[in-house]
Amino acid sequence: MIRFVPRARTPVWLSVAVSIGAGVVALALTAIPLALTGAPVFTAFMLMAQGAAGNGFALAETLTRATPLIFTGLAAAVAFRAKLWNIGAEGQLYAGALATVALGAGMIEAPPYVLMPLVLVGAALAGAVLLLVPVLFKIRFGADEVVVTLLLNFIVLLFVQMMLEGPMKDEMALGWPQSAPVLDEATLPKLVTGWRLHGGLVLAILAAVLLHVFITRTVWGFRIRAVGENARAARYAGLPVGKAMALVGLLSGGLAGLAGASEVAGLKGYLTADLSPGFGYAGIVVATLANLSPLGVIPAALFVAGVFVGADSMSRAIGVSNYLADLVVAFALLSVLVGGLLTRFRIVLVRRGAA
Amino acid sequence: MHPDPRPLVLSLAGITKRFGPLTANDHIDLDVRAGEIVALLGENGAGKTTLMSILFGHYIADEGSVSIADAQGRMAPLPGGSAQAALAAGIGMVHQHFALAENLTGFENIVLGTQSLWSLRPRGRGARAKIARLMAESGLAVDLDVPVARLSVGEQQRIEILKALYRDVRVLILDEPTAVLTPQEADSLAATVRALAARGLAVIFISHKLHEVLALCGRVVVLRGGAKVADRPTAGADRATLAELMVGRPVPARERPPATPGAPVLSLKGVSVGKPGQRDRLENADLDVRAGEIVGIAGVSGNGQGALAALVAGLAGARSGEARIDGVRLAGADPAGRVAAHVGRIPEDRHRDGTIGALTVAENFVLETISDPANQRAGLIRRAAIRARAAAAIEAYDVRCPGPDAAIRALSGGNMQKVVLARVLEREPRLVLAHQPTRGLDIGATSDVHRRLIAARGRGAAVLLISEDLDELFALSDRIAVVHAGHLSPALDAAGLDVRTVGLMMAGHGAGEAA
Repeated sequence: MIRFVPRARTPVWLSVAVSIGAGVVALALTAIPLALTGAPVFTAFMLMAQGAAGNGFALAETLTRATPLIFTGLAAAVAFRAKLWNIGAEGQLYAGALATVALGAGMIEAPPYVLMPLVLVGAALAGAVLLLVPVLFKIRFGADEVVVTLLLNFIVLLFVQMMLEGPMKDEMALGWPQSAPVLDEATLPKLVTGWRLHGGLVLAILAAVLLHVFITRTVWGFRIRAVGENARAARYAGLPVGKAMALVGLLSGGLAGLAGASEVAGLKGYLTADLSPGFGYAGIVVATLANLSPLGVIPAALFVAGVFVGADSMSRAIGVSNYLADLVVAFALLSVLVGGLLTRFRIVLVRRGAA
Repeated sequence: MHPDPRPLVLSLAGITKRFGPLTANDHIDLDVRAGEIVALLGENGAGKTTLMSILFGHYIADEGSVSIADAQGRMAPLPGGSAQAALAAGIGMVHQHFALAENLTGFENIVLGTQSLWSLRPRGRGARAKIARLMAESGLAVDLDVPVARLSVGEQQRIEILKALYRDVRVLILDEPTAVLTPQEADSLAATVRALAARGLAVIFISHKLHEVLALCGRVVVLRGGAKVADRPTAGADRATLAELMVGRPVPARERPPATPGAPVLSLKGVSVGKPGQRDRLENADLDVRAGEIVGIAGVSGNGQGALAALVAGLAGARSGEARIDGVRLAGADPAGRVAAHVGRIPEDRHRDGTIGALTVAENFVLETISDPANQRAGLIRRAAIRARAAAAIEAYDVRCPGPDAAIRALSGGNMQKVVLARVLEREPRLVLAHQPTRGLDIGATSDVHRRLIAARGRGAAVLLISEDLDELFALSDRIAVVHAGHLSPALDAAGLDVRTVGLMMAGHGAGEAA
């Protein structure tokens, strides 16, 4: 018989070990369907590893892919810590992207040190305001934020499509529904010439560190943690529960908005309706893999990005579908959820029939 | 001692249960005979719950055995680890927190689980007749045909007991049965227990109210630190010896100097709280709590003390009337405003309202005051300063914990309450709201809380004590008011009141009528 005994404290090493273990278990589980397709399992994993980090170019590609995932992972982590279930990072990402092209594609002419911060702040604000609405609805009327944020994703995406077919359509784009390119002054610099890796990565890592400090060291971070862990006791103690929730909404939406800005201003240069292959939703996976720790989001995003980039490369080499990447990530998510049991409980084996 | 002629019904022999390094039960022997009322005494963590859980098959003992008499009176071993086997063997338990389906009637609750799930009709007449007979025998009168949610706590408890009797129990375990009852209801329960024992039922009575144990039980078994430290007839025992056996050292008598009340700190004039239809509400209440006195509020839970506590704690505002603290009129719901007005609030439920389990002891210590300059500078938390003060409070309030950085959920209830007390009292509040401050605490922790409240009163704080424990109210209060169905009686001098009068007032009789 197995008993689960609650742990008083979860050591940090255990949380880290569970996350890494989950990644390993996920890869092992993926080997089963991989073997069933008849593909050489070992070769496939080697190709994946090479594709994700085998050389500088591959590594840069993984880092590029991880950049928006860090932002959306942070967005989910900060919201979920406060038990604000923001499923709308995808929509907030597009809102940020829309603000980036609105401000950065010629409306304002200014030197880069003015325009770049302006674009970033504008994108963050767009995402923040988009999430603030459901949060205020939740505080005021008790509206379920899961439903509202999820549905807003579709509304925002349709709105972006409308803008790209209409007022924001680039006349020079041969009829393609895409926006005008952002000005050079509103473009994030490339980190290495010739590669796609851009300054967004630096911003993302900076955001993770700042968020970590904010959550653990500031009064408002304390209030957010208190509200997230026990809103009733926080209210009894006189903490501003509503304001803390609203602040979480602004932070989470803002971070997701920055993901959009980073993709447009750092990578694509213009906005299309297929800017994000689901970075907003993947952020939830990243945050969960990271156990909602802002610093943990960085390796978690690297793992997810590496799996996707590596699987693309592998599928080109041996013809296994790159849907395998979704499988790895899904297995990893399930493994982490099961592993969460280990962090919250000690598992004790009890001999039966001793009485 | 001459051997007891009554037949043995239950025998626990050498029960030992270890959880890692902790020995929760250490070779405990316990024999219970038919018709006997045995008290099981012990502080929290003494091993009572573990022992009962083993009896019920929730845990399996590492060593020792349980035997129970079968229908012919022969002792047969009870297989461990099976709740079904325990129930089938005739062991019944009434838990402190009832296990009733609130939307079903009393009758449905009693027969629930005794018939096959596939039977379409509930058992009708046969079951009715049996329950009617049990009610007549035990003196348990209750309306069987209204949903349990509409019954009072005392009536729900009768349903629970009938539920056990209906299953033909031979051993009935009552876990803190009087904790929720008025003195009159407790008397009636005692009469029932005596009647049942006279018919041959063996009763195990778990309680921490020593005077009840002495009045009702023939024998008392005391557990301490997992071991049985006494098994003796109650005849010749007194409260002091039993308390000393439980705690393991003499319990100091409470010292309570006479009150020197000053000006009113909390003043209610015609105050109503809560919606008119709500059960726990306050209607048109008048109350003064003066500096340097303890005013106790007695009443069965849900009669309006929750609304009073919510008002003082700042969770609710007054619907009408005038509530003042130190002459300043209270605006609506504003917990932070109450903290600023020097109200120290000890909530009823320390897990739900008083602490945040995942945060550390130090963080919980500054929960109310995180924005004070002592705790933050420019929005950054002063971690070293907070840890140092939390460590000092841990020392001063004798909180047993690994340190200020331990998650508070790892602490025992008593130590958790000490952190809450430290948070509240370190700020030297003008008014202290103590809502059920010792619920679930053992004797040691309870005496500590009482000492602290009396010290706060001595310092000149006004203390509003809301409790369901009349012993506690009489031990601490200078004046006592009773709340019933939303109406608050005038606060009367505690010295001129007795438990029976307060009990009648709790049941809805006026003070004049009760006297």
